[in-house]
Amino acid sequence: MSISVSHISKNFGAFTALDDINLDIPEGELVALLGPSGCGKTTLLRIIAGLEQADQGDVFLKGDKVTDKPVKNRHIGFVFQHYALFRHMTVLDNVAFGLRVKPRKERPSEAGIVKKVHALLELVQLDWLNDRFPDQLSGGQRQRIALARALAVEPSVLLLDEPFGALDASVRKDLRFWLRNLHHELNVTSVFVTHDQEEAMEVANRVVVLNNGRIEQQGSPSDIYDHPANAFVSQFIGQTNVFDLDEQGTDWLEAAGLLTPHQEGKIAHVRPHDIVIQKSTADNDAFVTLKNWQHLGSLIRIELIKNGSSDSNAAVYAEMPNDQFKRLQLSKGDKVELRIRHAHWFH
Amino acid sequence: MPGFRPAIGLTLVYLALVVLIPLSALLLKSMQLSLDEYWAILSNHRVQASFRVSFGSALIAAAVAALFGFIIAWSLVRYTFPGKRLLDALIDLPFALPTAVAGIVLATIYEANGWVGKLVMDNFGIQIAYKPLGIVVALIFIGLPFVVRTIEPVLQELDTAMEEAAASLGATRLQAFIKVILPNILPAAITGFALAFARGVGEYGSVIFIAGNMPYISEIVPLLIITKLEQYEYAGATAIGMTMLILSFVLLLLINGLQWWVRRRSGQL
Amino acid sequence: MNAISATPFIASKKLTLADPDWVRYALIGLTLGIMGMFLVLPLATVLIEAFAKGWSTYSASLTHPDALAAMRLTVLVAVITVPLTTVFGVSAAWAIARFEFRGKSLLITLIDLPFSVSPVIAGLIYVLIFGAQGWLGPWLSEHDIKIIFAVPGIILATLFVTFPFVARELIPLMQEIGHEEEEAALSLGASGWQTFFKVTLPNIKWALLTGVLLCNARAMGEFGAVSVVSGHIRGLTNTLPLHVEVSYNEYDFVGAFACASLLAALAIVTLVFKTILEWKRSQALKASRPAGE
Repeated sequence: MSISVSHISKNFGAFTALDDINLDIPEGELVALLGPSGCGKTTLLRIIAGLEQADQGDVFLKGDKVTDKPVKNRHIGFVFQHYALFRHMTVLDNVAFGLRVKPRKERPSEAGIVKKVHALLELVQLDWLNDRFPDQLSGGQRQRIALARALAVEPSVLLLDEPFGALDASVRKDLRFWLRNLHHELNVTSVFVTHDQEEAMEVANRVVVLNNGRIEQQGSPSDIYDHPANAFVSQFIGQTNVFDLDEQGTDWLEAAGLLTPHQEGKIAHVRPHDIVIQKSTADNDAFVTLKNWQHLGSLIRIELIKNGSSDSNAAVYAEMPNDQFKRLQLSKGDKVELRIRHAHWFH
Repeated sequence: MPGFRPAIGLTLVYLALVVLIPLSALLLKSMQLSLDEYWAILSNHRVQASFRVSFGSALIAAAVAALFGFIIAWSLVRYTFPGKRLLDALIDLPFALPTAVAGIVLATIYEANGWVGKLVMDNFGIQIAYKPLGIVVALIFIGLPFVVRTIEPVLQELDTAMEEAAASLGATRLQAFIKVILPNILPAAITGFALAFARGVGEYGSVIFIAGNMPYISEIVPLLIITKLEQYEYAGATAIGMTMLILSFVLLLLINGLQWWVRRRSGQL
Repeated sequence: MNAISATPFIASKKLTLADPDWVRYALIGLTLGIMGMFLVLPLATVLIEAFAKGWSTYSASLTHPDALAAMRLTVLVAVITVPLTTVFGVSAAWAIARFEFRGKSLLITLIDLPFSVSPVIAGLIYVLIFGAQGWLGPWLSEHDIKIIFAVPGIILATLFVTFPFVARELIPLMQEIGHEEEEAALSLGASGWQTFFKVTLPNIKWALLTGVLLCNARAMGEFGAVSVVSGHIRGLTNTLPLHVEVSYNEYDFVGAFACASLLAALAIVTLVFKTILEWKRSQALKASRPAGE
């Protein structure tokens, strides 16, 4: 294991940030710590880095217990949310910092340092900015410099706190792709914190979902999407329709094929793409009306409302490809038939 | 983050040596006095008069400084006029000018033959220097920067869109001032007033030259402490000093509470 | 939005925010009047009185042995107290702005305490400890050590009154800057001292200099506290402000104002440097804000 966290707990006053966290991260993985704000994900990352001390539990890096080691001796690379570039140093001096503060015995020659810095700046494709100051860079450039600076000391693990949080949407897309490629190239074990499930699914090869200081589920992105362990994960990851049998009646759901003899709970979570609709042939059979729809690029999101329901929050969402929707030739107010192909049941 | 132990250690040791131990010496010394002795000293007419003079003139001066300070802060923030930057820098003069210098200069200007003193004497028949009014003048000088420097940043940060909103809703400029600006500025003005008052109560150097130092009339508490010390009446100096110290603590707590309340009210807590 | 509220010049140009002309002129007039009476006139008076009997009397007053002794003592006091207050201020700011611990707000209040204590009381407390009738008085006279009515007492009293100056400049700034840059340095393997000198110090240098500057002004200009402990011994325990007082009380007005002009010059220099440092700080702050924010 590259990173191992065992029985970590952390309280801030009366607030429990982390509650008995156990986590193993194998060598070379790119892991996302995903969760809503305040779930403890950043605290966990900072405890791994040694920037924060856990109240209980241990941290192991490459099998060594580092719980009591200060951050400077842990050989980690940390990329801060707001980059924390040294504002009084040029880009080159920023990246060189970690090399220049090494004890004289371990420190490369100045020429060696400069050469290595240029190589890193080329890796992040920003060598042409080496004599600029941080305030002269764009957010995306700062992010990449911060990454180069962290990589300069050849860390055994790379930790990134909301690496794309402070960036524009378009820059963010590019950097996600770029980070994944960079990880592929360097293969250094990396953990990043994010509250954006789309980002976690797209970049990481392993996602750890946290909520209220506990790990709700961990696994590959498709694991987590296709087999959510609980209602929280199911709702946090992707879009989900929630049907509570006690509140919403069963007749229309039965007609939609949701109810089976061996369902395992009272609450069904259904992904929008697991709902199929077609124009109702006989008006009497239909329980649902088409209210509206929106274009989401290649997909159409369809807003359905149960007949007789006055609650506008009770809308059911379905999704289907554009052309398929066109073929149905539906218009607003049409009665439609609903079929639910797959559901996750929770209590 | 390293360095907590040495930093906090040095901080606490130095704090104890320079501030806490000396101050507790005053506390211990005053506890050697019986309550009767303590009261005998404080109930002395001259002592009571000096407290009245100190607190009364500090109160008046702080109020005037609050008004003057508000006018100055408003002009410096909202208007442009030649020499503004220079004046803005000059506001801090009472912080930087040694109080002894301020004292002799103010006495010179405001005495009956001084530039301003003569003007006021000839036109209104009022003597400023060597009267309680002189103390107030010196304390206005001392208190002015406290008020300006607390109001100025608040006025700068004040979202002018609120005034525009008031205007768009039909408020006159005066209404906008009273209903929108004043409530936002008032906490800072009160804080500035309290700071000026607290400083004024203990002020010594700038006051003694202009005060005239007449017992019962224009003798301030700090001067009385020094007088007692010079006559080797340590008990008297201690009792008066302790009373002053307690009153300053109460003021400090009030100011802190006020600032806490202001921050909470403005949603910063 | 911010740009508008932060630039009063633009704000005052807006129609709805413009005060009527007469209000504007009245307030500006009052401002000039108040500041003229309370700030400009006193400064001018110092110079006029100092040179009332011409240059030669002025320079003779300044080169009088007692005046020279007072200047030397004033510089000596500053040279000793300013570094001590600075070291304390930096360590207090490091502890308070970088760590969470119980009693922190109490500590901040205690650091500010000397501001709210009358300078006369600051002198009094040392007299009660070291004076002839004080706690340590008999022991000190036995060992022939003089603190009150001597230079050590002056230094102690000055340490007390300058106590908060550096700390209170640094604490809010370091809290605002945050930990991130220092954590980055540590995560890159820098030691505590390396982090402090290479990352913290460059970020706080202007505020530190401002604190040192104001501390120095107070150390050189302190009157009340020093007056209690000094004993006013001419040529020995008179600092420059005390020398001003003594001369003034002896009706040597030119002598008093000549020395006062030196102290006023110190105040002006302090204000000029303070303004420059504030400008430097605002530049540094602007530079640290990301372009998009």
